[in-house]
Amino acid sequence: MWDELQLLFVWAPVINIQLILEGIFVGAIFALSAYGLALVWGVMNIKNLAQGDFVIAGGYMAFWLNSLGLPLPLILPIVLVSMFFYGWLVYLLVIRRILDQDMFVSLLATFGLSLLMQQVINRIFGPEVQTVDMQLPVFDAFDNMVTIPSSKLIALGLAAIIAIAVVLFMKKSRTGQAIRATAQDPRAARVLGINIDRVYAFTFAFNSALCGAAGVLVSIIFVIQPFYGITYSMGSFAIVTAAGLGNLPAVIISAFGIGLFTKYCGFFESALEYAAPVAVLITVLLWRQITMSRNRQAVR
Amino acid sequence: MTTNINLPIYATLAVIGILGPIFFPAYTLSIAFLWVMVIMASTWDALGGQMGYNSLGNITFFGIGMYVSAIVQVSFFYEGGVGEYTSAMGSIKPEFTDAEYFIGLFLGILAAGIVGLVISILFSSFMFGLRGPYFAIGSLGLAIAAAEITITIDYVGGPSGILMPLFPGDIEFRSTFFYSICFLLAIASHILLRWLFSTQFGLAANAIRDDEDKAEAMGIQTLSYKRISWGIAAFFMGCTGAVVGNMIGFIDKEVAYPIPTFGIFMVAAALLGGKGTLWGPVLGAIIFHIIKDAAWTLLLGFQWIVLGIILIVNIVYFQQGIMGWLQVKFPERFGIVIDTSTTLVDSQRGDDAR
Repeated sequence: MWDELQLLFVWAPVINIQLILEGIFVGAIFALSAYGLALVWGVMNIKNLAQGDFVIAGGYMAFWLNSLGLPLPLILPIVLVSMFFYGWLVYLLVIRRILDQDMFVSLLATFGLSLLMQQVINRIFGPEVQTVDMQLPVFDAFDNMVTIPSSKLIALGLAAIIAIAVVLFMKKSRTGQAIRATAQDPRAARVLGINIDRVYAFTFAFNSALCGAAGVLVSIIFVIQPFYGITYSMGSFAIVTAAGLGNLPAVIISAFGIGLFTKYCGFFESALEYAAPVAVLITVLLWRQITMSRNRQAVR
Repeated sequence: MTTNINLPIYATLAVIGILGPIFFPAYTLSIAFLWVMVIMASTWDALGGQMGYNSLGNITFFGIGMYVSAIVQVSFFYEGGVGEYTSAMGSIKPEFTDAEYFIGLFLGILAAGIVGLVISILFSSFMFGLRGPYFAIGSLGLAIAAAEITITIDYVGGPSGILMPLFPGDIEFRSTFFYSICFLLAIASHILLRWLFSTQFGLAANAIRDDEDKAEAMGIQTLSYKRISWGIAAFFMGCTGAVVGNMIGFIDKEVAYPIPTFGIFMVAAALLGGKGTLWGPVLGAIIFHIIKDAAWTLLLGFQWIVLGIILIVNIVYFQQGIMGWLQVKFPERFGIVIDTSTTLVDSQRGDDAR
């Protein structure tokens, strides 16, 4: 622990730059999937534990398309569209029937979905760790102490473009307005002539497409494996719990915060990288509990 | 439920429990895991089904119990202590006499249960402020955190785990012995829950499930009720963990904290049988275990896909469970009588009883 601290702040402060960059890359992906989770959670009150598996499914789709020889500008739209339709199908088969149920039911049903998706991907692609190699150059800085693959920069740019597009879509388009209206008050939205069922289906499919996009970026800059989804699920849950629903700037800030936190934890002890989002989640829940119990009033 | 329905069920279960391993000795350990599933599902239901606090983290106590019993069993009669035993990675094979082994095992199981109970009381001081899905996610986080913390402790072997002391006696006696412990634990947990939920405790628990704020306003000490329920679950999960650890013979993170398998199976079994009933989890655990073992042997390679589909279909399309379905189908068998003078109230109660 002390050695690592010395290394970080005395001997080679440049490593900080590398860690911060890595944290930003992780945070960008977390932000996409966490935004989708917050959207579905806020609009239809479904807690999607399969979020990470949608990400991994998008990643494997990109991997498969890349092995067919397609370039990245083609892969991204194909994955977006097919994940959109996959999400719509999942909505019709599973999500639609648990909409008005107890909240725990949505957790369990999406857990079953997550199990199913992991295993189907495992059957098709096998349990090996895969990555999409885009054959792009790698930049070095500070005497080779910091490496920045250009694929990561491209991924960061794509994430930013997707995020801006999503925000504009939600603010400006009629569908985005309908989604926001439904989130505020489903009954009033129905009275005003919005087809709630279609809005829900669209929201879930939209979330699935967002996860698919995040998955494409994951497959380019990190590695994918059928059982890696839980990392992204837990990360997204931690981010949404920390940021609160329907608070987009907070979601983005806490996504980058958690990205940085996991990378720094991973630097000290590699096993901690997976435990970090869980630790953040529990800390946030405890903190809320303490602040809420302080506000609690009782008649004595 | 009246006794005339219960008697044949108990008789059938006793026949399965006693004659099963006699006629099918090859399946003894599989039937032992059946009782393990029954314990897990019933004790999960004490908090999850009856009280509405759906815990995904009961498996924490299973793992803690497993490690506690290993520490007790090894350190009780081996002078070097657990640290030396685990750092040798199984090359040290301490010679236990029969009496030493069985006393150690008994103390280990007891200690596992008590430590589970104590830890559940510690956890309950902050966990029960979380409600609904937050409790589920929080307890799941607890289980994951416990698993991650355990492998960083070198005293209990870290990631490489602990080899349990060897059982004195031949392999058939070994499986029969552990089978009997599992069976007895299942009976004990069932009798305890049956008695507990026939008292006012059951009414208070259901009141907490239906509306916690109102229950609190009515003067029910909700926190202590939740503590008792979780404590029972933790005690039995700890004991079961200790037995399963000895039954498998080797423990590490994957064996001790099977979050995606047993951690979810117990919830799925309770839901399949019908949560919030006494018999639902027992029935659900038996059916679930049979399906699971059949899938493992007949559909090897696709077993997880089958289980995922069962989980989704069960939760999405068949949520009330077997007992809930039976209650709707034959309400008079469950003592649900429609009183015409208070039709509205009673029919609502019939719905709630699911």
